[in-house]
Amino acid sequence: MTRVLTYLQAIGEALAQQMGLDPTVVVFGEDNIGGTGCDGTLGHAWGPTQGLHERFPDRVFDTPITEAAFVGAAVGAAATGLRPVADLLFVDFAGVAFDQVLNQAAKLRYMAAGRAGAPLVLRAMWGAGLRRGAQHSQALYPVFAHIPGLKVVLPSSPADAKGLMAAAIQDPDPVVFFEHKMLYFSRGEVPEEPYVTPLGQAAVVRPGTDCTIVALGRMVQVAQEAAAELAGTGVECEIVDPRTISPLDTETIYASVRRTGHLVVVDEANPRCGAASDIAGLVAQHAFDALRGPVRTVTAPHAPTPFSPVLEDAYAPSAGQVVAAVRATVPYAEQERAS
Amino acid sequence: MPQRDSTHPEIRIYRTMRTIRVFEERLHAEFAAGGVPGAVHLYAGQEAIAAGVCAALADDDYVASTHRGHGHAIAKGCDVTAMMLEIHGKAGGVCGGKGGSMHIADFDRGMLGANGVAAGGVPLSAGAALSAKVRGTDQVSVAFVGDGGANQGAFAESLVLARVWNLPVVFVVEDNGYAQATGTRFHLDGRDVAPRGEAVGVPSVVVDGYDVIAVRDAAAEAVARARSGGGPSLLDCKAHRFFGHMEGWDQQGYRGAGEVDRLRSEHDCLAIHTRRLLADGTAGSAELAAVDAEVAELVDAAVTAARSAPDPDPAELLTDVYAAV
Repeated sequence: MTRVLTYLQAIGEALAQQMGLDPTVVVFGEDNIGGTGCDGTLGHAWGPTQGLHERFPDRVFDTPITEAAFVGAAVGAAATGLRPVADLLFVDFAGVAFDQVLNQAAKLRYMAAGRAGAPLVLRAMWGAGLRRGAQHSQALYPVFAHIPGLKVVLPSSPADAKGLMAAAIQDPDPVVFFEHKMLYFSRGEVPEEPYVTPLGQAAVVRPGTDCTIVALGRMVQVAQEAAAELAGTGVECEIVDPRTISPLDTETIYASVRRTGHLVVVDEANPRCGAASDIAGLVAQHAFDALRGPVRTVTAPHAPTPFSPVLEDAYAPSAGQVVAAVRATVPYAEQERAS
Repeated sequence: MPQRDSTHPEIRIYRTMRTIRVFEERLHAEFAAGGVPGAVHLYAGQEAIAAGVCAALADDDYVASTHRGHGHAIAKGCDVTAMMLEIHGKAGGVCGGKGGSMHIADFDRGMLGANGVAAGGVPLSAGAALSAKVRGTDQVSVAFVGDGGANQGAFAESLVLARVWNLPVVFVVEDNGYAQATGTRFHLDGRDVAPRGEAVGVPSVVVDGYDVIAVRDAAAEAVARARSGGGPSLLDCKAHRFFGHMEGWDQQGYRGAGEVDRLRSEHDCLAIHTRRLLADGTAGSAELAAVDAEVAELVDAAVTAARSAPDPDPAELLTDVYAAV
């Protein structure tokens, strides 16, 4: 049975269900309970861990502001029998714990020749739009996806958020789980029972014939707006949501490009060495024969996220930019047909 | 009889120390002869710390180690031949040749890994302690860290986390006087690390790292505290290293004239332990000589095995990045 939940509720439900199914799942981070060490009541978490401590008082912990220590503790706990879900709050704070992600979590299995692993989930809030400025708004998933040994998950809907969180917790390897702050209160149908959305399986969220739009995270919504506008002018876009960028379901992307002959990648991350350029490059290498026009990418600029609402609203890709990018590549096919 | 005497805990400690010493002296020679690839950081001179701490641990307790990790691995019971193969990058190494000297790990022995990053393993050890606590076992976890690593934020943060989560972890600072070629007189301002533990409520003591029995007794107290729910402790152990920071690169010009000679003649932890065993009658010289012969044979066999071991299969390059599906 399905109900309508928010993205935030869906992640919380996944955490609660997986904790119920597996006694080795532990959850911790700053204010993951909220109120520890205070004279008032417990339960002042902001976010998906709200209320978890009431059901699992021995497996939900508040942490001091010690990202290097508690992210590293997640690695050590994961390597010795637990399945920790550690919360960075904002992904921007990964900077102070990056050794533990980059050098410890990501490389443990390889350096131990498969005789150890770190099945942990690192939750990370990301994205522009909430007027939080340059140190609380980044889209850093390409940085993590660059590192072998990590998996990187980027849900765009409540149903995917729940299924992907379940998959991330059950996965034998370290998973960085990106939660877009502007999607937390988006709503969608979510099945009530526990289920898993496999990592590495893209979703075709809108079928179309004229242009493939690969969209990441919140950009799936932006792509939907653009596709609706383009449909009104007779251009049918197919939207592919990779859902995880490491592993990346390249086959679904290539298959879509082979159907449409055109590719636009929409990505909120910065452009250089980014997810959009990676996907564009992969398609150029492996599906070049299918392309009937140049690949276009629509990304944030090579600049930090600004604070001013006017500037920030111009930062992340807009539906208008996506429409323009599609119109800039699809005419090549029309010219081809005309000649 | 030797059979019974060899099980005396202090002779077992002797064997561990002797094994580390011979292993490291041999690696020093092998490296100089060009037979060892990579970066090798030798532990000789500090054996009393690893041997003393691990003598206070159970087999299923954990240790997280440092870049200077051979001693911890040997003291925790890792196979010497598998370690030697690993250091040579060979198939059959304890990590299949994919880790090397700085990443020796053996989870079956509770050895969570040497570490290429100063203090990188300290939070991992806190995590293993959390794991033991949540799973309801009485396991204890040790975090070794050098004097240099003790300046890292990850170490300071881990002290706090271990205190407020009341984790069964023992932080063991190995103050060998140098962070690479920078002395503690500068980088610790000549101060001990122990007060940093005390400052956040972690019981901390300074320990003579040349005296293995002093280390063992201090570790036993800390381990007992951890096992009984008393939370973390810190041992600030002082013992300088015999060799440079790293084989090959470090000619030790930063050390004072005659410093290493005096260290070897006056502060050799193995000689100190040997004298005590003989003086109090715990062991006879013939008995220790027999241990020495066994250790020499063990290490020699390990080097021979490493020289003749096959290289890893090229296909190993791409395995173990992720769990096999």
